[in-house]
Amino acid sequence: MEKQKYLEDLQDIKSIMDRSSRFISLSGMSGVAAGVVALIGAYLAYQTVYTGQDYLSYRRAEMTQVNLILLIGIACGVLALSLIGGLYFTQKKAKKANLKLWDNQAKRLVINLMIPLATGGLVCLIVLSKGFIGFVAPFTLIFYGLGLVNASKYTLSEIRSLGIMQIALGLIGCQYIGFGLILWALGFGVLHIVYGIVMYKKYEA
Amino acid sequence: MKDILQDLNKAFENKVRLGIMSALVVNDAMDFNSLKDLLGVTDGNLASHIKSLSTKDYISVHKEFLNNKPHTQYAATPLGKDAFVKHIKAIEQLLKN
Repeated sequence: MEKQKYLEDLQDIKSIMDRSSRFISLSGMSGVAAGVVALIGAYLAYQTVYTGQDYLSYRRAEMTQVNLILLIGIACGVLALSLIGGLYFTQKKAKKANLKLWDNQAKRLVINLMIPLATGGLVCLIVLSKGFIGFVAPFTLIFYGLGLVNASKYTLSEIRSLGIMQIALGLIGCQYIGFGLILWALGFGVLHIVYGIVMYKKYEA
Repeated sequence: MKDILQDLNKAFENKVRLGIMSALVVNDAMDFNSLKDLLGVTDGNLASHIKSLSTKDYISVHKEFLNNKPHTQYAATPLGKDAFVKHIKAIEQLLKN
């Protein structure tokens, strides 16, 4: 009898600690959605850059003014759609658990994610303006990964290892510039989908 | 066995007090309304439990004014954190036996 009560106490303590210090409404499904959107975006970017070239011979990335604008448009579209998808699924999860979507924990998470992310965005724009186009894809991976590592203290702990893998992919991308887009698709697309499914199974199913 | 029971703290037998301490040991500080939302209790209920914890010096109360409105922050004191950790360890020991 007594034991049952104390077991409940322990569960209460753990639940309150989690709810009060971490943002736990983050849905695995938002990861899957972001991953799918990223893969579509990467495909579109690929089509734009390597348009009308022979698949068997050496291909050169075509970087004209028009292509550049197209690419930035694709990037913005990917970002917007991932955010909308992420918010939608996360809100659904929050509602199900009767939690508020926008609370102190969410604020803390967003702020800590945004510091490296905004820095990275600016760095990418600078790099782009100096003409080092090949570094943009790996740099987005690196700064996104840093953002995740930084934010992981305030949400599900798995986010940390996801961030470390994004950083690793980004570093590889810096060394092998030609694989930038493929690594980008791997990080933002495949890894998001895999992580999303794993987290969905662990926390929501 | 006797030692374990000694470490179980009567101050944390109540669910609300247990909840307040759980939240305050993992957060630097929390205000009244956040605690209220988190624990789902009434104003009066929360106030009385906060009072009993602060008279024991387990939590500290920091009052300040934010936009001319009183804004009270609560934090766990080192004494409170210590007592709470002891309490949890005692529960764990008890459940192991």
